[in-house]
Amino acid sequence: MSDEPLHIEPPQHSVRVEIKGLRKSYAGQQVLKGIDFEVKRGEIFVIMGPSGSGKSVLLKHIIGLETPDAGEILIEGESIDAPGVMDKYRLAMVFQSGALLNSLTVLENVSLYLSEHRLKPPDEIERIAMEKLEFLGLKNVGERSPSELSGGMKKRVAIARALIIEPQLILYDEPTSELDPLMAVVIGKEILALSERIHVTSIVVTHDRDLAFGIADRIAMMHEGNLLAIGIPDEIRHHRDPLIQRFLTADFNLNEKEPA
Amino acid sequence: MFANIGELLVLLWRTLKALPLVFRHRRKVFDQLFEIGNASLLMACILSLFIGGVIALQTGPVLAERGLSSAIGGLVGLSVCKELAPVMMSILIAGRIGSAMAAEIGSMRVYQEIDALRTMNINPIHYLVLPRMVAISVALPILVIFAVLIGWFGGGMVAVVNEKIGLSFQAFLSNLRNIVDIGDVLNGLFKSFVFAVVIGIVSCHQGLITIGGPRGIGRSVTKAVVNSIVLILILDYFLTRFLLYFEN
Repeated sequence: MSDEPLHIEPPQHSVRVEIKGLRKSYAGQQVLKGIDFEVKRGEIFVIMGPSGSGKSVLLKHIIGLETPDAGEILIEGESIDAPGVMDKYRLAMVFQSGALLNSLTVLENVSLYLSEHRLKPPDEIERIAMEKLEFLGLKNVGERSPSELSGGMKKRVAIARALIIEPQLILYDEPTSELDPLMAVVIGKEILALSERIHVTSIVVTHDRDLAFGIADRIAMMHEGNLLAIGIPDEIRHHRDPLIQRFLTADFNLNEKEPA
Repeated sequence: MFANIGELLVLLWRTLKALPLVFRHRRKVFDQLFEIGNASLLMACILSLFIGGVIALQTGPVLAERGLSSAIGGLVGLSVCKELAPVMMSILIAGRIGSAMAAEIGSMRVYQEIDALRTMNINPIHYLVLPRMVAISVALPILVIFAVLIGWFGGGMVAVVNEKIGLSFQAFLSNLRNIVDIGDVLNGLFKSFVFAVVIGIVSCHQGLITIGGPRGIGRSVTKAVVNSIVLILILDYFLTRFLLYFEN
């Protein structure tokens, strides 16, 4: 018998994502102009940039809602186009609007994945869904319709719905848009807490500078379909690219004179 | 409209392939059946009562004048069960249910609910299209059965009440029985089944390809209803020709 210690692979809670040469055009207009980056396991990777820079389109490619014109997306080194890869890994997305099904109650929305795929008995599904709602501080809303919830609550229900998949990768599309600053902080803290508690890889698309610098392990700056820079928050903050600086320092300055 | 025929056939084929899963989605099918019945049954009954009545009113006095009042039952019976009930009920359902299907699926598409389903590995065709298609294909022929019976009753009532016709209800009914047989009713039911498939597939397809905001949803609803009605009326002619081969 070998004296070597038995090596047991720990359960994998997160995945590595690589984007290689991603290009996409709509009606002749290039939206993604060759994007390359890598997201490490368990990392919170924030993609920041102004509206219309292609951030959300990029996210849709990663989850498989869009197919690229060129380039590829790899999860743990496997292309997502290869058969069975998307079924092998558990990916979830939290949409900008929440995208909760309005014809279902909050509880039915959260349990949808488990109930549609019949992964557990109905009682257990309900218990798990309630647990996820409570985990996000949402008690006594299970029987309500999504239309009765505030913007912040909808976002948290959407996160609960994503969590029920027990994801290895969560994609957040503008998680703090349409929220007041207090609720934006709550959602930002949730993203951080999830990353710490379940060690999930997170890719967050946002134009909210406070959120990006508050939660990111690394930040990628996007502009008109190009990646301008990738780095830790401090590197991005002190980056010399004028486009990045303009985005980061943009402010209301009522005393500034309009150019003649 | 005709540019989308290929897409419609692909969607129909995918829905047919998903038919074995219908038991799994039975709750959604029952919900849809309830929705269709609840929204349309009363309207269908009122509409068919007046359709039967107006056919008797238009043809009865002319036939009675020429001593052919005994033919009124057959005429009303055949025209209602083979043509008017299936076509008028289908148009009614296209307006009430087809529009609702296009609006509901269209808003789900616009507000990213369908994208959310796909990220959860839930096939929108299985989840949204299949239950609606099955429900409408079952519900429309059932509505047509109601419409036929009430349409006949409406025709009989006018034949009795209208003094220029002056026929007894028994005479109307016995003439109807002599001329109309079960094959004629089945003929109408078959047509309504085909029309149901057309309404379902056109409306679901329009919903699934909706783009833009509320205006896009409105456009999809209009297209779903107009395209369904145009296809129903065109198909009606060809189906009638096709079914006539079996009668001769």
